[in-house]
Amino acid sequence: MNLRAAPNFRAVWAIYRVEMARAFRTVLQSIISPVISTSLYFVVFGSAIGSRINEIDGIPYGAFIVPGLIMLSLLTQSISNASFAIYFPKFVGSIYELLSAPVSYLEIIIAYVGGAATKSIMLGLIILGTAALFVPLRIEHPLWMVAFLVLTAVTFSLFGFIIGIWAKTFEQLQLVPLLIVTPLTFLGGSFYSIHMLPGIWKTITLFNPVVYLISGFRWSFYGKADVSVGVSLAMTLVFLAICIAIVAWIFKTGYRLRN
Amino acid sequence: MSSIISISGVTKTYATGFKALKEINLDIERGEIFALLGPNGAGKTTLISIVCGIVNRSSGSVTVDGHDIGKDYRAARALIGLVPQELTIDAFESVWRTVNYSRGLFGKPANPDFVEKVLRDLSLWDKKESKAITLSGGMKRRLMIAKALAHEPRVLFLDEPTAGVDVELRQDMWAMVRRLREDGVTIILTTHYIEEAEAMADRVGVINKGEIILVEGKAELMRKLGRKQMKLELRAPLSTIPDGLSRYALELSPDGNQLTYTYDNQSDRPGVASLIRDLEAAGIQFRDLDTKNSSLEEIFVSLLRQEP
Repeated sequence: MNLRAAPNFRAVWAIYRVEMARAFRTVLQSIISPVISTSLYFVVFGSAIGSRINEIDGIPYGAFIVPGLIMLSLLTQSISNASFAIYFPKFVGSIYELLSAPVSYLEIIIAYVGGAATKSIMLGLIILGTAALFVPLRIEHPLWMVAFLVLTAVTFSLFGFIIGIWAKTFEQLQLVPLLIVTPLTFLGGSFYSIHMLPGIWKTITLFNPVVYLISGFRWSFYGKADVSVGVSLAMTLVFLAICIAIVAWIFKTGYRLRN
Repeated sequence: MSSIISISGVTKTYATGFKALKEINLDIERGEIFALLGPNGAGKTTLISIVCGIVNRSSGSVTVDGHDIGKDYRAARALIGLVPQELTIDAFESVWRTVNYSRGLFGKPANPDFVEKVLRDLSLWDKKESKAITLSGGMKRRLMIAKALAHEPRVLFLDEPTAGVDVELRQDMWAMVRRLREDGVTIILTTHYIEEAEAMADRVGVINKGEIILVEGKAELMRKLGRKQMKLELRAPLSTIPDGLSRYALELSPDGNQLTYTYDNQSDRPGVASLIRDLEAAGIQFRDLDTKNSSLEEIFVSLLRQEP
């Protein structure tokens, strides 16, 4: 990498704009459909079943699941946005242009991950707004909430970017989100407090990184958490660091990009 | 003329162990049209891809206008436009957007007037709001060229630009190449339509099995390796060539109706005028005669045959 030459901000902006344009072009798929599915969760878990469930940690069940639902969308959308964004040009071959352009790997990352993270943050906020229509919400630590939102979106967009580069087929592209991320999110305390789990499962759950994200995020809303917020933040940063390390390795070796 | 691209000792061995390039040394001169000729799998696209930064080289170095493609990749790549062989385009983007994207990607400030000119020159202006997916194959090819020209490159690579392209587009494309050359753009093309390299190129490089066999000015190549042939349609068939004409090494067609005389330009054989006199003397009459230069294609094929 050449540090003497000026960074190519115009390229970052060009990629970012194209990524955002795609979100608005496919508004049904990228915005409306997650909103509908989240609303369904509220109807089913919040109103229908939730009305028969006691409060958890003094929070009505409908409100309790909001942070978890936002995280669920944030994780899956960050991954799918970013993985698709880099996989698609690889698939159709238009990646030649990116590789032949005077852009650094860091700029490519910033543009693609920035685009994917922006989209999922917007989505998270839309879901938050939708939730406010169904249940009474309060946000005790708004700055922390934004911090967790941004950190999670960036981390999992990075994770998605890695999957997009690694994947050789559309099937592989779907595999990791489907087989790993979705189960981890559902078992990560979106719909329950991990204190409600029996004995050994409580310990096993602590190996699930998503637990820390959801716990920290829920704390920023209600001031109640399964694990301490410091640990949540540390775990998020660790996962971010791992993703950055993998990306650095990919770019150093040209793995599945430049053969 | 100084060279704008300098390739020295470049090799490429793929992870599979396939040696795509064996020690390539090549200088491209500023402002020339250079044709890279070779059969499929010769390494043409690999070589282009290395210069453009798409494929990593195994060893050797490449400079573009003095900028090393590794250490100084930004400056090097900013000078290059690439039109790849395949029509690889984001199908859902509009023409206008995707060409402006290309310009931004190469770090150039927005310039709608310039992009409009590029689109007009390529007869794409009417289609500027169309999505790539709705364009015909020829229009997509024009779009690929527009994207490559969007950042005002000084060097343009055209990888098999006329493969599967209709006559009209092909002519437009060559007209465009000539215009670019007049503006001082260096053009490197690979093509299977050898007659076009013959018509367009200043110099020709022949590559085979990952090696550059020869680089020569087109005219010299034609002079050195070109041959002329004269075919004579006879009024009456001959059964044998009379002995008096043996020094011409004539070939007689199986039906005896046609004589072929092959001679090269540095002529160690006697001229056609003396042959005609000798034919008359031998009482052989002909209806018609036809002479032609051997094409670059024939030269090319004979070169590859000489290769072990």
